Amino acid sequence: MSGVKQIHIVDSTLRDGSHAVSHQYTAEQYAAIAGGLEAAGIEYIEVSHGDGLAGSSINYGRSALTDEEMLKAAASTMKRAKLAVLLIPGIGTQEDLKMAADNGTRTVRVATHVTEADIGEQHIGLAKKLGMEAVGFLMMVHMSPPEKVVEQARLFESFGADWINIADSAGAMLPEDVRARVGAVVDAVKVPVGFHAHNNLTVATANSLAAVEVGATYLDACCRGLGAGAGNTQTEALVAVLDKAGYQTGVDLFKIMDVAENLVGPAMHRPQEVRNAPLMLGYAGVYSSFLLHAYRAAEKFGLDPRDILVELGRRKMVGGQEDMIIDVAYQLAHR
Amino acid sequence: MTTGKVKVAVIGPGNIGSDLMYKVMRSRYLEMVLMAGIVESEGIQRARSLGIKTSLDGVHAVVSDESVKIVFDATSARAHLVAAPLLKEAGKLTFDLTPAAIGPYVVPSVNLDAVRGEPNLNMVTCGGQATVPIVNAIHRAAGAIYAEIVACIASKSAGPGTRQNIDEFTQTTARALTKVGGAKEGKALIVLNPAEPPMMMTNTIYVEVEDPDERAIAAAVAARVKEIQEYVPGYRVRVPPIVDGNRVTTIIEVEGAGDFLPTYSGNLDIMNSAAVAAAERLAQELLAEGVGG
Repeated sequence: MSGVKQIHIVDSTLRDGSHAVSHQYTAEQYAAIAGGLEAAGIEYIEVSHGDGLAGSSINYGRSALTDEEMLKAAASTMKRAKLAVLLIPGIGTQEDLKMAADNGTRTVRVATHVTEADIGEQHIGLAKKLGMEAVGFLMMVHMSPPEKVVEQARLFESFGADWINIADSAGAMLPEDVRARVGAVVDAVKVPVGFHAHNNLTVATANSLAAVEVGATYLDACCRGLGAGAGNTQTEALVAVLDKAGYQTGVDLFKIMDVAENLVGPAMHRPQEVRNAPLMLGYAGVYSSFLLHAYRAAEKFGLDPRDILVELGRRKMVGGQEDMIIDVAYQLAHR
Repeated sequence: MTTGKVKVAVIGPGNIGSDLMYKVMRSRYLEMVLMAGIVESEGIQRARSLGIKTSLDGVHAVVSDESVKIVFDATSARAHLVAAPLLKEAGKLTFDLTPAAIGPYVVPSVNLDAVRGEPNLNMVTCGGQATVPIVNAIHRAAGAIYAEIVACIASKSAGPGTRQNIDEFTQTTARALTKVGGAKEGKALIVLNPAEPPMMMTNTIYVEVEDPDERAIAAAVAARVKEIQEYVPGYRVRVPPIVDGNRVTTIIEVEGAGDFLPTYSGNLDIMNSAAVAAAERLAQELLAEGVGG
């Protein structure tokens, strides 16, 4: 091995992190946090509703701003960093992607359930036609064995994806699970590979480190560890850990710590700690975004949120099925 | 009184077309007389083995058969754009199961009377057939300001057509929620779930209403569900309307009849069943006028 390995950081404080504030960031917060991230040297700044473009809905929660307003606000303080969006086919459409491109978005991550990459072919194709960087993003990879993850990653590569992102959306994997899946994909595709962790089992940083050890070169993170469920890998901690482990990120540690403390901290609604319900998400393998919806349903139907989450896991619900939280709560309450 | 049945052709002998064929074959008002494709296929052989006339001349075989009055097109949007003008000129009443949507949307329990006389009727989407009737029932009872639906279907029952153009589903369904359902604004979401054994099609329907009268809403939804069950017996309420402020949440599931498609493919079944139900209604009128038989 010659030279120091470069890791690209995708900060998702303003996308996955928005779950933790129920998608209520203000325009001022988008602008200030994006500007701070850029000044700290973050390469990619992802901005969207937590469930991607067009995610604002009854099912996923309405955002305070429209997609266009949040992109404009973030872009207003960015020059060098790449503005990125998430697009989940079935929620966001090509129309939404064109709007994002018109507002300065340079990278789109097209996210599908780990077995369903083919529903993203159209969107990857459009992104390339618009001159954008396109990423194939596989969610809930803990539900499939490495061979399946490889098959779907190759599909995304064949559609023209510039890199593949592997997401432990339920925060259900241990480092050995990450090594098996990320390593297999790194070996199988010619494009770079990234990894997205959730901290439900408190191993997000360890899993991120495991991913780079087997060849991942892109890592997702959120300041203060914001994000769905117990949150994502904590950006400022990840930068420190990668530095100690001998990787380069181009991010200034003190500056990113200041962004976390001074800009993101005041925007938080609650401490991002691993309480029982988020721990249960990881343990039962349930989509992290379900957390706050499960709390609400538990209160409405007089249930323990853990019972709801375990039942959702048993039913093998996938990302986007927030509506089934109501179904499960109703069925449990009327048993 | 004229007795007999109205003669029907199906274009496109794939899974959808084959299921339509079986549904037509057990209809009291429709007679399956022609299955048209463009290449020799399993579907063509299946029709032939059932004693149905087949042709590899596609839409041309249908327009040149004068006895055929009603046509189901289960091909693709591109093929239907070519076929539709020919069918119209030949005077065939056409049900379009593709996303082409040349003619108006039809949802049997909602707007069949409004589209009478149209030569070409589009069946919207599976999610549209499953949710628009409920939105419309709630709209009539309480005034729908905003309707949002989440359709979840088993990965196995989402074919390549749906997968390669998933935006088409969300956009068409959202449009039908307003145009047919009556809501001022509509939004549709679709999720594919690969669980084994395959899950039943499930639809969650959120409606924000002007007048959240719980009893009126519950009664309207129950009555509408009964109407739908007449043509889709496996249409069931999982969560009856929950009224929370001005928001109404209803969850339904659709089990298919299993004519040709597996029962978990309620999404495909409800579109076919809706098409056949609409065709039967119009066929009864044709029979009363002495056409058919």
